[in-house]
Amino acid sequence: MHLVYPAVLAALLFCTGLYGVLARRNAILVLMSVELMLNAVNLNLVAFDAWLRDTLHAGQALTLFTIAVAAAEIGIGLAIVLLVHRHRGISDIDRLRDLADTPGTPDADATDQQPQPDTKAEATA
Amino acid sequence: MTLAAASHGFLTPSGVEIAFLLVGLVTLGAAVVTVTTRQLVHAALWLVVALGGTAVEYLLLTAEFIAWVQVLIYVGSVVVLLLFGLMLTKAPIGRSPDADSGNRWAAVAVAAASAVALVWVVVDAFRATWIELGTPQGSTETTGRSLFQYWVLPFEALSVLLLAALVGAIVLSRKGDTAITGDGGTPPGPGPGTPPAPGGTAPVARAATGPVATPGPAPREEQR
Amino acid sequence: MTPTTTAVLVPLLPFLGAVVGLFLGRRAPGFVRPLAVLPTLAAAALAAVVAAGVGTGPATDVATRLTPTGSVPIDLALHLDGFAVLIAVLVGVVATCVQIYSTGYLRDDPRYPSYAALVSLFTSAMLLVVYTGDLMVLLVGWEVMGICSYFLVGHYWETEAARAASLKAFLVTKLGDVPFLFGIFALAADTGTFRITGILGSVARDGLDHPTLIALLLLAGVAGKSAQFPLHTWLPDAMAGPTPVSALIHAATMVAAGVYVVARLLPVFAASAAALVVLAVMAAITMIGSGLAALAQDDVKRVLAYSTVGQLGYMTGALAVGDRGAAVFHLLSHGAFKALLFLGAGALIHAAGTNSLSAMSRMSGLDRRVPDAYWTVTVALLALAAIPPFSGFFSKEAVLGAAEHAATGGAAGIPGAAGWTVLISGLIAALLTAGYTTRLWLLAFRGSGPEAPDHGPQPLAMKAVLWVLFVPTAAFGLAAPFLPDWFDGRSLIPTLTTSVLGTGIALVGGLVTYATWRHTTAPATRTAADGAATDPGRVLLGPLYRPAAAGFHLDAVYRALFVRPVRAAAVLVRFLDREVVDTYVRAAGTGPRWLGAAVRRAQTGNVQTYLGALLAGALVLAVAAVLVAMGTGA
Repeated sequence: MHLVYPAVLAALLFCTGLYGVLARRNAILVLMSVELMLNAVNLNLVAFDAWLRDTLHAGQALTLFTIAVAAAEIGIGLAIVLLVHRHRGISDIDRLRDLADTPGTPDADATDQQPQPDTKAEATA
Repeated sequence: MTLAAASHGFLTPSGVEIAFLLVGLVTLGAAVVTVTTRQLVHAALWLVVALGGTAVEYLLLTAEFIAWVQVLIYVGSVVVLLLFGLMLTKAPIGRSPDADSGNRWAAVAVAAASAVALVWVVVDAFRATWIELGTPQGSTETTGRSLFQYWVLPFEALSVLLLAALVGAIVLSRKGDTAITGDGGTPPGPGPGTPPAPGGTAPVARAATGPVATPGPAPREEQR
Repeated sequence: MTPTTTAVLVPLLPFLGAVVGLFLGRRAPGFVRPLAVLPTLAAAALAAVVAAGVGTGPATDVATRLTPTGSVPIDLALHLDGFAVLIAVLVGVVATCVQIYSTGYLRDDPRYPSYAALVSLFTSAMLLVVYTGDLMVLLVGWEVMGICSYFLVGHYWETEAARAASLKAFLVTKLGDVPFLFGIFALAADTGTFRITGILGSVARDGLDHPTLIALLLLAGVAGKSAQFPLHTWLPDAMAGPTPVSALIHAATMVAAGVYVVARLLPVFAASAAALVVLAVMAAITMIGSGLAALAQDDVKRVLAYSTVGQLGYMTGALAVGDRGAAVFHLLSHGAFKALLFLGAGALIHAAGTNSLSAMSRMSGLDRRVPDAYWTVTVALLALAAIPPFSGFFSKEAVLGAAEHAATGGAAGIPGAAGWTVLISGLIAALLTAGYTTRLWLLAFRGSGPEAPDHGPQPLAMKAVLWVLFVPTAAFGLAAPFLPDWFDGRSLIPTLTTSVLGTGIALVGGLVTYATWRHTTAPATRTAADGAATDPGRVLLGPLYRPAAAGFHLDAVYRALFVRPVRAAAVLVRFLDREVVDTYVRAAGTGPRWLGAAVRRAQTGNVQTYLGALLAGALVLAVAAVLVAMGTGA
């Protein structure tokens, strides 16, 4: 089999995931897109392992590790999302704007940007 | 390793290649639908298709153990976790018009540019590379041997990582008391009087009602 | 002690006195007066010893080199010849007199300690200039004198006039000092040494490459220091300082430094006929202009200042005709009688309570109030007017004789034009001198009106000094037959022609002034004594009076030529700084501010935007890296 097929598929999957990460609002959908990107990497690893016929099977071992790390990541990520949701009532990434640099005093802006006080408490949590 | 790539043209694909292409198209299509659909639960279900398709591709690449692990972990647990997450955050059932954020077109541009660049580089680099799939690479036995012969230390380190993730998930999702009381215990909270989210996207009004807390994700990590 | 050690001690003692006085002035007021007077007195005595030691013999030259200084060596050199030792004696005596006089004149001044120290430092610097045999060391003393003069003229710095005068004195003399420095460098470059003897030897041996240029550059410094036209304007204004300072600096010593330097370097000047002619013309303009201006001044000290300028003109005139003996002779006698005049004028001002001549002319009995000053000043004025047998007559006739000698072609290498210029202008100046001395005497001592107020008796120190200086004023002319042994050997005895001519002209000037005064005062006394109307100068000068009183508006010319352009340049610089340079500074501030505002807009807090930008950047970098790799690989 040509190596190009799995490589191109992995690249396209990766970019699909990339789009999802950048474009989705819901944090859980973003996590799904991250999973897609990880899968693309895994596909690459497996394909190159098959091509190189590595005696150590480094590619496949690394794939297994990646899967495990991805599982851990999804667990922690979901926990964070749930925590945010519990405190803020939202799970939209683009409304978590604590890092925004607002001119003037933060308190003055907090009155007209409602998420502000909540996020503050959240960020330190 | 790259033996006689020229003898294998793209116009005369082998059966494995045809299968790979077809499954790949399905996988890619499912992935695209996953990141574009406006129905959040559908996205999770399409993700199952995409991950399953990837598992099939692993099989076609003779990495059978990984394929089964993929099915078990991703399709079995991760997607279930995600669905739990969707439910616990009260994701709307049905079409939600604002599933995509404002910088969608920037995302399209970046993703398309990345795709072009990556595909161009990959095709340019591996145009004539041939994978010999004669002997299976990833049977359970070989994988197990290599894993426990050469990769024992990382494997154990990984278990420590998983333990840490477990503890972290428990701490994070515990309902506000000791550990996170400092801040989480007295949150201003999304009180009923100040619903932060204007209607539509998320039913936040009942968010503060206690028992929604998530005991969920953490224990499941143990599967791996 | 060898003569050399003694000579070293002469400038050193006042210097040490000045340093100790400056440090001790506040803590031990009792020591200030001895510290001011005794070192100067000792220096004067030692200078006399040195003069006696060197005597009429050959010049003594000693030098020591402290450190190598590159291509042209600088030596701590002493050059003791007749000129140097005699002028040193004059400086020492006048400085001692001034210090003693100051103990009385400034006895209540709170700043007396620093004043006395500065006078001592000044004396030391002048003695250094006189004794040194190296132009660089001479320059050190020269500049120290300049800065001391600045401080002393500005002694009453509470008054606007003193501040302005001190600044003016400093700036104008510096204006001359810069070319002077260049002149010294050019001279050293031509001759390869800073030693005066070496320079003179080199000039005598094979001449100079650029004699006119060097002479004119040096001349600028001399004109600044010795208050010659056109750099004389600082001297009348410098009268804002205390009177003893005027006596010391602006009569006897500092202004004499320029003349002394020309006398020392006369062969350099003589090497260029053009420089001599310039010197002669300068002297002529100075003599006549200052005489006219002196005739119109109302302030006693300004009259004396202009007369100083005029007498310095005589000295430069003598130098222009190549007779430095006559010049230094006139310098010595002038130093004596001008110091006496200033100190006497100080006593007079002290008694009258005013500087103004017209105010003095409205009070009678000043001569009875200060009899010592009256008699000594009268004699000094006669000396200034060159009436025989006082010292001024002999020295001035020596100058005129030298000029006649040159005019008739008797002097080798001196242009006849210079001789005629000096001779004629000297005679005219003699007329004017006699005129303004008569006017001064008449207005000061022959005033009519109410009795002068009684300000109490004069301190003994002030009176005694006047009589000390009276001796050389009256009798220094008797030294004329002996002085040539100390100088170049040319006779300084007055010749018959110039004596008769000069004295006659002086008498005419005095008598005309007296007649005018009689003419103007007679009706004036009848019509309730209008002081201005009794001024004979006003009648004699006629339409020239106003410009002469204003110093022929030279200050206005300077204002237009230098002050205004400098101010305009300052305005321009200010404008450039505020509007042009500061624009960049402000832009350096506002640019980043705007940039910050722009960047702040990018800080939306939206993680996805950040990530998008990050990935786009990474992509661009990756593509660039790939392209570069392909470019280098291919």
